[in-house]
Amino acid sequence: MEKKLLRFKLNGLEYEIFINPKTLLVDVIRDHIGFTGTKKGCESGSCGACTVMVEDMAVKSCSVLAMQVEGMNVTTVEGLEKNGKLSPIQEAFLDYGAFQCGFCTPGMLMSATALLKENEGKVLTEEEIREGIEGNICRCTGYNSIIRAIEAVSKGEYKEG
Amino acid sequence: MSGEIRELRYSMFKTGVRYTVINHKTRNIDGYAKVTGRAQYTFDIKLPNMLYGKILRSPHPHAKIKNIDYSKALELPGVMAVVTGKDTLGIKQGIWRRYKELCDEQILAVDKVRYIGEPVAAVAAISEEIAEKALDLIEVEYEVLPAVFNPIDAMKKDAPEIHEGVERNINVTRHIEWGDVEEAFAEAEKDGYIREDWFRTSSQHHMCMETRAAVSSYTPDGKLTVWCSTQAPYYMQALLAWVLGLREGDVRVIAQYVGGGFGGKFELDAAMFCSAVLSKKLCRPVKIVFTREEDFIASKRRTPMYYYVRTAMKKDGTFLAREVRVFTNGGAYTGMGATALYLTGFFCSFPYKWRAYRYDGFRVYTNTLPSTAMRGFGAPQAMFCSEQQIEWMCKDLGLDPFEVRRKNAHTECYEVPGQAYIQSCGMTQCIDKIEQWVKSKGDLGPNRAIGISAAGFMSGGIFNWFDTPYSFSSAVVIINHDGTVDLYVGCQEIGQGSNTTMAMICAETLGVRVEDVRVFSGDTGICPPDLGAWGSRQTLMAGNAVKMAAEDAKKQLLEFAYAEMGLNIVYDLDIKDRWVHVIARPERGMKYEDLVKKAIRAKDGQRIVGRGYYTPRRKGMISPAYSYMMQAVDAEVDPETGKITIHEVMTAHDCGQPINPLGLIGQLEGAAAMALGYGYLEDQPMDEGKILNPNLVDYKVIRATDMPKTGMIEIDTYEAEGPYGAKEAGEGLTNPTAAALGNAIFHALGIQLKELPFTPERILKALREKSEKKEAN
Repeated sequence: MEKKLLRFKLNGLEYEIFINPKTLLVDVIRDHIGFTGTKKGCESGSCGACTVMVEDMAVKSCSVLAMQVEGMNVTTVEGLEKNGKLSPIQEAFLDYGAFQCGFCTPGMLMSATALLKENEGKVLTEEEIREGIEGNICRCTGYNSIIRAIEAVSKGEYKEG
Repeated sequence: MSGEIRELRYSMFKTGVRYTVINHKTRNIDGYAKVTGRAQYTFDIKLPNMLYGKILRSPHPHAKIKNIDYSKALELPGVMAVVTGKDTLGIKQGIWRRYKELCDEQILAVDKVRYIGEPVAAVAAISEEIAEKALDLIEVEYEVLPAVFNPIDAMKKDAPEIHEGVERNINVTRHIEWGDVEEAFAEAEKDGYIREDWFRTSSQHHMCMETRAAVSSYTPDGKLTVWCSTQAPYYMQALLAWVLGLREGDVRVIAQYVGGGFGGKFELDAAMFCSAVLSKKLCRPVKIVFTREEDFIASKRRTPMYYYVRTAMKKDGTFLAREVRVFTNGGAYTGMGATALYLTGFFCSFPYKWRAYRYDGFRVYTNTLPSTAMRGFGAPQAMFCSEQQIEWMCKDLGLDPFEVRRKNAHTECYEVPGQAYIQSCGMTQCIDKIEQWVKSKGDLGPNRAIGISAAGFMSGGIFNWFDTPYSFSSAVVIINHDGTVDLYVGCQEIGQGSNTTMAMICAETLGVRVEDVRVFSGDTGICPPDLGAWGSRQTLMAGNAVKMAAEDAKKQLLEFAYAEMGLNIVYDLDIKDRWVHVIARPERGMKYEDLVKKAIRAKDGQRIVGRGYYTPRRKGMISPAYSYMMQAVDAEVDPETGKITIHEVMTAHDCGQPINPLGLIGQLEGAAAMALGYGYLEDQPMDEGKILNPNLVDYKVIRATDMPKTGMIEIDTYEAEGPYGAKEAGEGLTNPTAAALGNAIFHALGIQLKELPFTPERILKALREKSEKKEAN
């Protein structure tokens, strides 16, 4: 198949790459560009390990073609910290022990970040947080520590540095 | 908010020592790597010149391999090699190395396949896509054989023979017995109560977020390095050396970050083996990652069991005797299933005192995906049967289920005859606390109730079926001249927080801070051997090794400090929070960093090196120490649809002294999620050996919206055998949940469910049967 040019921004940097137009976004991020923070956990769009942000929306990067993000801003877990300074949700995950094996964590953080962005200035209820991360499977933590971490950020206990 | 530890009564313990690190909430030391995407899993590894491998799997549950023709696959551009069982040494391997007859798996089948999904060939190509395409070009000629799928049929006289010479397909048998069982049942016949029930437990898959993955790199100098997703690097090193005909020292296994284990990743798997065989052939790195489907159909699973329990008690609820018979669906190979068979038999007696007890277990080969260890290791199955039956017997006799459990519970310094020595035991306190909690909840309304279950677990196994010549755990502590500490451990971090636990034990012992300790683990090339992460063994066993290593290093420092400070011999020195001081006069002392510099100079410039090791001896048959717990599950069932809603899970828990309370909450909540899934969601239904739901759409796990509120009441005990009084906390918490949920449903709807998982269909069927019975009466 003829390769096509894809232009998009990943974590604030402009990329131009030639790809097979059938390539999934997750594979462009991981294999073509080399950001391996984003994971793959299934082939069915069910686990959420590959979640990234396209503009401000949480998107499962195994379920979209890379060509669909032409001209857009994509953020992965690597884009959350600024010069080594962690984002509030990353700090909260550390304090609340909201990860164990860590394999779902990048996707979970992106879902959480998108949820918090979407509800900026509002304190999320526990129910809203649970629904916000329903698409992300975590096999280790039982989710409640993740809920507590997101809740703490939503309540403004962690400030952007 | 849920999850708080409600009662944590000590930071000071029986010794009167105040801890500066132990039992303080501590951030996970791997956290920075994990929340920033820096953590590199095997799944992420890319080496120069690396090839990608794929595995061809058997479509038949039982067949002879007549011929494999892969000439067309080799012609496909980009394909570098194809290997079959004939390219291997054909060694029948297994993790029960001590027992040759239990080493029965060749990984790449040589002449016969025994389950759907068994590897028959592997391809290495320049891309995954090409390797995948090449699989379609391999022609395998099979002679399909009759197959058998459940242990009851497999034991019949005319059943197909799965392994040559194994009579009635019985793979392993286990027997546990104490006391006079007949006499005790006879007593109950006369003036007591006897009840017998049959149960069936389901399959559950570990479903680690990271599927099986390995990168093998064999080099022309005869050395092999394997990066893999494993719970036990030392086992993999030894097993790989064996099956490849290499020396252990020529194999290095690296498992830096592991995306979950839960008992599924401490056997040699096809990703490691096939990538190593291919790499050995090509002298190039080869990477194999299982797809989610491959992980479901061809990496082992929790052992399904057919369970018979007959229990005798006095009319006042005093337990007399129990007789247990178990037939497990072993699947095609032994794996860790032999241990699960033993442990389920032992834990069906737990945590109670029986005058007499008899267990007979049979692990039976079938033409299904092999079963193995999974979090709880046979105990969740045992608790599911035992704790429900006890609840039903209490109801039958009109007895208080708390009182009956309290009356029969293990206590401190108890010996389970011929099996186990119990030192610390907080079972009674666990029962008291949960009783108070349940009573405080009052009436919950219709179709909703709280069910309870007791449980316990081992802090690591004593058995040495692997036949290791090394200590079970070992550690090396090195103090650098600036006071920083390098800690080398062989115990494996798989998300449970062992690196943090070990850093904390090391820091407490040396008298430094956690941030002073850098942990090196997951690399057989630099770390001392250790049996790895299974059976909830690391906190106690590796923890003891780390404590000993740190004490060794500390002693060397303090010997020097003694001389340096010119102390009266009656004074004792210690280090706390980087301050070296006279215990009786804490203000009199010196800075730890200054002492280290001087001591190193005094040692001719050598860094301070401490060594520690631990092997449990004279501790009975099972484990050096046991955790105890009582759990309550508040559940509601819709009698129209059979749908279950879990409202809350409360656990009273005795794990000795907790090392890291933050990690402990994580273990509790994670175990609850996994065990609730076992109770009402997760299963692997099969048709003629074919798993019907090998994907995450159809295999349901607990999601954030299903997860109830959780709480923990920590019980104050101190385990003499554990480092700083600690016992296990990782696996045991998986044990009580399915039974407690079953008991909640029993009290809510009056139905007795003897089969897992509690699906809506099973609940509705039981309700129908109940109302039919009522009408008939």
